[in-house]
Amino acid sequence: MNVQSPPEKLKARDYATDQEVRWCPGCGDYAILKGVQNTLAQLEADPKNTVFVSGIGCAARFPYYMETYGFHTIHGRSPAVASGVKLANPELDVWVVGGDGDMLSIGGNHTMHAIRRNVDLQILLFNNQIYGLTKGQYSPTSKIGTKSPSTPLGSIDNPVSAAQFALGVGGTFIARSSDILQKHLPEVLKRAYQHKGASFVEIFQNCIVYNDGAFKHFTEKAIQDEMQIHVEHDQPLLFGEDKQKGLILNKEEMRLEVATLGENGVTIDDIAVHDETNRGLATMLAQMDPPNFPVALGVLYAEAAPTYESAVHSQIDQAGKDAGEADINKLLRRGQTWTVE
Amino acid sequence: MSEVAAVERPEDDRTEIESAVVRFAGDSGDGMQLTGSQFTMTAAIAGHDLATFPDFPAEIRAPAGTTFGVSAFQINFGARKIMTSGDQLDVLVAMNPAALITNLADVKPHGIVIADSGAFTDRNLAKAGYDENPLENGSLDDYRLVKIDMTRLTVEAVKEFGLSNKEALRSKNMWALGLVYWMYGRKRQASVDWLQAKFAGKEDIANANIAAMNAGHAFGETAEMPAELGTFEVEPAKIEPGLYRTITGAESVSLGLLAGSQLAGLKISFCSYPITPASSLLHQLARMKEFGVVTFQAEDEIAAAAAAIGASYAGSLGITSSSGPGIALKMEAIGLAIATELPLVIVNSQRAGPSTGMPTKTEQSDLYQAVYGRNGDAPMPVISVSTPSDGYEVAIEAVRIATKYMTPVMVLTDGYITNASEPWLIPESGDNDPFEVQFRTDPENFQPFMRDDDTLARPWVKPGTPDLMHRIGGIERSYDSGHISYDPENHQKMTDVRAAKVLGVANDIPEQECSVGEAGGKLAVVGWGSTYGPINRAVSNMRDEGLDVSHIHLRYIWPLPRNLGELLGSFDKVLVPEMNTGQLKTLLRDQYLLPAEGFNKVNGKPFLIGELEDAILDRLEN
Repeated sequence: MNVQSPPEKLKARDYATDQEVRWCPGCGDYAILKGVQNTLAQLEADPKNTVFVSGIGCAARFPYYMETYGFHTIHGRSPAVASGVKLANPELDVWVVGGDGDMLSIGGNHTMHAIRRNVDLQILLFNNQIYGLTKGQYSPTSKIGTKSPSTPLGSIDNPVSAAQFALGVGGTFIARSSDILQKHLPEVLKRAYQHKGASFVEIFQNCIVYNDGAFKHFTEKAIQDEMQIHVEHDQPLLFGEDKQKGLILNKEEMRLEVATLGENGVTIDDIAVHDETNRGLATMLAQMDPPNFPVALGVLYAEAAPTYESAVHSQIDQAGKDAGEADINKLLRRGQTWTVE
Repeated sequence: MSEVAAVERPEDDRTEIESAVVRFAGDSGDGMQLTGSQFTMTAAIAGHDLATFPDFPAEIRAPAGTTFGVSAFQINFGARKIMTSGDQLDVLVAMNPAALITNLADVKPHGIVIADSGAFTDRNLAKAGYDENPLENGSLDDYRLVKIDMTRLTVEAVKEFGLSNKEALRSKNMWALGLVYWMYGRKRQASVDWLQAKFAGKEDIANANIAAMNAGHAFGETAEMPAELGTFEVEPAKIEPGLYRTITGAESVSLGLLAGSQLAGLKISFCSYPITPASSLLHQLARMKEFGVVTFQAEDEIAAAAAAIGASYAGSLGITSSSGPGIALKMEAIGLAIATELPLVIVNSQRAGPSTGMPTKTEQSDLYQAVYGRNGDAPMPVISVSTPSDGYEVAIEAVRIATKYMTPVMVLTDGYITNASEPWLIPESGDNDPFEVQFRTDPENFQPFMRDDDTLARPWVKPGTPDLMHRIGGIERSYDSGHISYDPENHQKMTDVRAAKVLGVANDIPEQECSVGEAGGKLAVVGWGSTYGPINRAVSNMRDEGLDVSHIHLRYIWPLPRNLGELLGSFDKVLVPEMNTGQLKTLLRDQYLLPAEGFNKVNGKPFLIGELEDAILDRLEN
C-alpha cells in the first residue's frame, strides 16, 4: 500500500525557519516578512520550488527566515544571480529581496536589466531611504537634505523614484505597498506572483533606528486616507476618508489634478479611471507626492509580455528540433576535416 | 608580365624543404586572416604539421594604408613536428607599403618578399612613412624581392564579372593566395569549395575570387615567374593516423566545455560579457543551442559571473568567461562561489595589461590574479591551456574538478592560443571517462555543508528537491548547517577546510612529468600556458646539441602537482620563461624555496625559439 494523504495546507508559520530573526525591534522588515509568509500560504506556494535570492543589507537577510530554498549573495547582484537561477530552471518561483542601496545604488544596473529583460522574478524593493546595515548613511532614495554620517550638512543629490525607474526601463509589472499595510501588501504580492515576467514591487519600509518616520507624512493613521490612494484596475481613482476626493486628468496640460466630488461641479464621471495597462498614467501616478497629491499604492502598471527565460528556452527547443539528434561527435567533426593514413 | 625578368622553369624542379614560415600582411580590409586560414587548411590537407599566429589590429576598420591598420597571418608548416608559428619568415607577402614596413624586420636574411607593386603609390608610401619607394631604391637588396602588380592583374582577372573596381580589388588577397599555392605546389580545390560556400547566392563574387586565385596560380605556372621566387616541395609530416581538423583555442575550449558538461550529465549555462579576446568563446557556445546550452550575454562582467553562480546553484553547470580586466570585475562573485562552495568554471583569455593594456596582444600576466587575486583567504584551483588544441582536455578537466570538489576553477588561456590554430586529431566524446554528478536527494541527516570524507566537497542540492530546503550565503557559515556563524573557531575551521579541499585536488591529478628530457640534470626550463611550443622546440634543439636541459610544462597552476617540488629539486638550476614579469617564478620560489630564475618578456608576442635557446645557453654557461 502506498496511499499518500493530500498534503496538509501550509500556514504562514510553516514558511518560517527556526532561525532567530535579527532585525532591530520595531523594524518594518518584520511586518514585510509576515506579509510574505502570509502571501505564500494564501498562494499555497510549494516551498521546495520557491527560492529567495538577496544581496547585501538589512533586507537581504530575508532568505534565512524563509523555509524555502534561499541564497544570500553579494551586494547589488541579486537580480543577476536570480536571473541565472531562473534561466537554469524556469520551473522555480524566484523572489528577489533587497533594499534601496542594494537594488538602486550598487545594483541599479542589474535591477534595470532584470526588469527590462522581463525575467520572471518577483523583485521586492524594501525602500527605507537610508543605508541601515552600514549605520545610517543617506541612500539613492533619500530626500535632499538628509543628514547622515556621510552628509552631516545634508545630502545634496536628487533621489531616484523607484517606481518611475522601473517604468522607465520598460517594466511589465510595477506596484507599491507599505510595511504597515498588512491586508494590502499580500494582495499586491499575489498579483506580483501571478504576473509572468519581472514584477517590481516597491515596499515603503520604516527604518526605526536611522530614518524613523520617513513615510509618516502618508502613513500616519490620522492622515493616511488623505495621503494614500489605493489604485485598482478599472476603478475610479478615488481617495479620502469618504472617497470624496479623486484624480482628474487635465488633458490640456497632460497631468493629474486632485478634485473633490461636488465641488466646482465635479462628479464621479469626471474622475479618471485606473487603467493598469496605460504606462503614461502609471508614470503620472508614480510621480505623485504629498502634500499636493496622495501617494499611489497598488498595481500601477501591468502588461502581459513574453518572459525572457521562455524566449531563451524556446530558441533552445527550436534549435534542438532543427538539429534532430544533437551529437557532440558530429559537432567535433563539423567543418573541413581530412584523414591521415 | 612580371616587372622583373622571368626565367623558364620546369614545373617539377622544386626545392625540397623541411618546413616554411609564410606571413600574409596587408590592410585590415585586405582579408589577410581569411587568406591565412585558407592557406592553413590547404597545408593541413597536404598532411603537414603546422602552427599559426594571427595578428590583427585593435581598430575594427583602421584607416586604409596606415601602419596601425596592418593585419597579418603567419603560418609555419612542415614535414616535421611544428611547435611554434616560427621565429623568422621565409616568405613575406606584403600587400601595401605599411605591411612591408611593419613586417620586414621579421624576414630572415635573403628571405622572399612578395610585394604588390600596384599598392606602392605615393599616397600609400607616405602613409607608411617611406620617403621613397623601397621597391625601387635598392633598400631590399638583401632580400629576394618579387614585385608584382597584383592590383592590376587582379582587376584584369576578374574583369568579366563586371564588378566595380572596389569590389574587384577585394579579390586581391585570393590572387596572392593563388601565387603562394603555386609556390608550394598546393591544390586549390578546398579553397574553391570554401569560396563557393561562403559566397553562396553571390555567384559573381565567388567566381571573381576563384578567378583571381586561379590567375595568381597561373601566373606562376606559366613560367612568368622571376628567378627570385622559388618553388618548393614540403613532404607530409609523420602524423598519427586518423581524422583531423584545424582548431583554435576558442574552439577547443568551447568544445571541451560541452564535452565536460555531458560527461558530468549537466546542462551548460554560459554567462559572459563581450571582451577581446574572450568573446569568441561566447560566440562558439551561442551556436551550440541544440545541446541545450544556455548562453546569456549579461549587462556586465559582474552580472555574468553572478548569473553563472545562480545557474550552478540551480543545478546547471555555470560558466563565465572574460579577459583580465573583466576577470578583475568578477572576483567578488568568484569569492561568493568559493564561500558557498558551488561549482563554477571561469575561463580567462589573458591579454596584455594592466587596465585596458593591449587587448589584441597576448600575455600571461594574470597568474597572480588567478591564484591570489581575491579578498580573504580564497583558494581556487587554476589550470592552464598550453596549445590551441589543448583547450579541449583542459576544459573537460576544469568541469571535472569544479563539480567533484564543488569549487570554482579558473582556466587560464591567452589571446595567442584563443586565435591561433593547429591540426587536431579529433577525439571521440567517449574517449573520456564520465564523471556524472550525483545531486543530493536524501533528506536523512542532511546538512548543506556536511562534507565528503575524501574530497571534502559539500553536497550539491538542486532547488526543487523535496525536504532539502536550505539557505546558503556569503556570510561565514557554520561548519555543518551552513547557518550564519561569527564564531571565531568556526571561521578558523572553515578557512582551513576550504584550503585543504583545494589542496586535496593535488592527489587527484597526474604527477608532473618532463615534456622533453628527464628528471635530474643541470637545467629545468619550466613553463605554463602558450609558451609550450617555443620552450619545447628550444629545449629539443639544445638537447640535440648535447646540452643537459629538460622541459617541464605545467597544466596545473594551483594546486601544483604533488611531486613538483621533488622534480624541480633534482635540477641544478630552474629557468622559468614567461610572458609576464615573473609570476610563476614567484609562486615556485614561494612554494619550494628554490632559486628559480625568470626569463621574461611582455612585448605582446610569443617567445621566439632563438631567444629561448640563447637564454638556455646563458644559464648553462654561467
